[in-house]
Amino acid sequence: MGKDIIVLDALTYEYRKEDEEQPVKALDGVSLSVAEGSFTAVLGKNGSGKSTLAKNINALLLPSGGAVYVDGFNTADEAHVWEIRQRAGMVFQNPDNQLVSAIVEDDVAFGPENLGVATEEIKLRIERSLKSVGMYEFRKKGPHMLSGGQKQRVAIAGVIAMRPKCVIFDEPTAMLDPKGREEVMDVIRMLHGEGVTIVLITHFMEEAVHADRVVILDDGRVALDGTPEEVFLEMEAIREMALDAPLVVELADRLRRRGWDVPPVIKMEEMVEYLCR
Amino acid sequence: MSIVVKNLRHVYGEGTPYESVALDDVSLEIADGEFVSIIGHTGSGKSTLVQHLNGILKPKSGEVLVGGVNIAAKGVNLPEVRRKIGLLFQYPEYQLFEETLYKDIAFGPTNLGLSADAVDSRVREAMALTGLDFDALSERSPFELSGGQKRKAAIAGVLAMGPEALVLDEPTAGLDPRSHRDILAMIRRIREERGITIILISHNMGDVAEVSDRVYVMDGGRIAFFGTPAQVFANKARLKQSGLGLPPTLELAELLRAGGADIEGDPLTLDEAVELIDAYLERRGA
Repeated sequence: MGKDIIVLDALTYEYRKEDEEQPVKALDGVSLSVAEGSFTAVLGKNGSGKSTLAKNINALLLPSGGAVYVDGFNTADEAHVWEIRQRAGMVFQNPDNQLVSAIVEDDVAFGPENLGVATEEIKLRIERSLKSVGMYEFRKKGPHMLSGGQKQRVAIAGVIAMRPKCVIFDEPTAMLDPKGREEVMDVIRMLHGEGVTIVLITHFMEEAVHADRVVILDDGRVALDGTPEEVFLEMEAIREMALDAPLVVELADRLRRRGWDVPPVIKMEEMVEYLCR
Repeated sequence: MSIVVKNLRHVYGEGTPYESVALDDVSLEIADGEFVSIIGHTGSGKSTLVQHLNGILKPKSGEVLVGGVNIAAKGVNLPEVRRKIGLLFQYPEYQLFEETLYKDIAFGPTNLGLSADAVDSRVREAMALTGLDFDALSERSPFELSGGQKRKAAIAGVLAMGPEALVLDEPTAGLDPRSHRDILAMIRRIREERGITIILISHNMGDVAEVSDRVYVMDGGRIAFFGTPAQVFANKARLKQSGLGLPPTLELAELLRAGGADIEGDPLTLDEAVELIDAYLERRGA
């Protein structure tokens, strides 16, 4: 793995609620470095600061304290905001809020056009990014004709067309049906395989086991940080933070209590391997 | 409150180039007090169907009978049908609007013309049933609540109307795991304490397997098949055809069987999975 593409240095983000004197700290001194090419899952209950963290990475929000660097650029430096957004693309929860054009291929062209990419090159990028998410045959369609998973894949194609080094996904599957979730997770894994750095914010523990690092935020601070194996074995701490362990971890724990010597497993395949050996 | 749908058809944009059949010959029967889930991929017709249950959408053909009464018939009091069938849309917290939680929940019963005392007892009861602490929260702005609390507040507002059936469209979407569990437990509590009919639309197969008496599977605007959770989830091929998956415990059991482990049965919950795997390990050890 390469250098750190995202560096959060004691990031604090405060906002003021109406009628209240004291500002609320959505993020409280978060220090975190994300290696280029890595796949990090960020978990935490509603209100733990996950989305605020994501928006600080591509300068949609600016730190109240500390600093955020993306590929060496300080997000507080207004002169570099487009370099930052080109390098760190974002995909949000609701696909309907992200698609701006009436035709799929125009939507994908929107980002690169704004970067001033040449027309011929844009055509190439549209083709490549739509093909890579399996949506090329829908290029002439209107986004309203698509399913949730398809819309989300078009949103991802729009981000890929910017050639980002890193993509931050903020609960990209929360509004999708099971098939849509699978489609989007496949695309995320494919991007990771191609070397794109992935930051995935999710409430689904089953998605997080595919990451190579899991960070759990709680009340604006980093509560746990490690490999999925390390983090998900902290079951008590995870429950206290209003989260769940993945099904397999829960099952292994229950079987251990019945006296079976189950090894530390987090993925379905690992459980199957143990039980079928 | 029983709900019967007969040969329901609905077409969006009829007569325009964008005409699409959203519901095609849909029939279902839900008994009074039953807990029924409706599953299906996005666009399969689930939300269109439930919008017919309290008259928001009118059938192009077919009938909707609520408590035996055809709700499209002349002289039917639609506001009364809507009071009886509480419908919670996706992300219902966007519909909170009052200054305080109390006022928000009181809005519906007040409009029913109830006395202040009667409204007060309805608000208190709805908050207790949804697990919202009256003393701590009733005077707070609904917008200051957590995500899970907002969702409960929206449900409390519907419960305060005294519905005889509750229709919930994706009530746990976007919630963290604990709020998710809370909402699910709350739905079961509502059903136990009030004995009302519950219709749940969900993409979470684990939840559906755990809480439903029966499950309807929708695909392409039609009812593809239906039955008890055990019957429906035993039909893996048809589920896949309809773009759906299995509850995770059942998926694990399938993978185990494919790997050569003789797991006897189809676990729909974690408890069942623990029992079946424990039994398998005992047999294997012996």
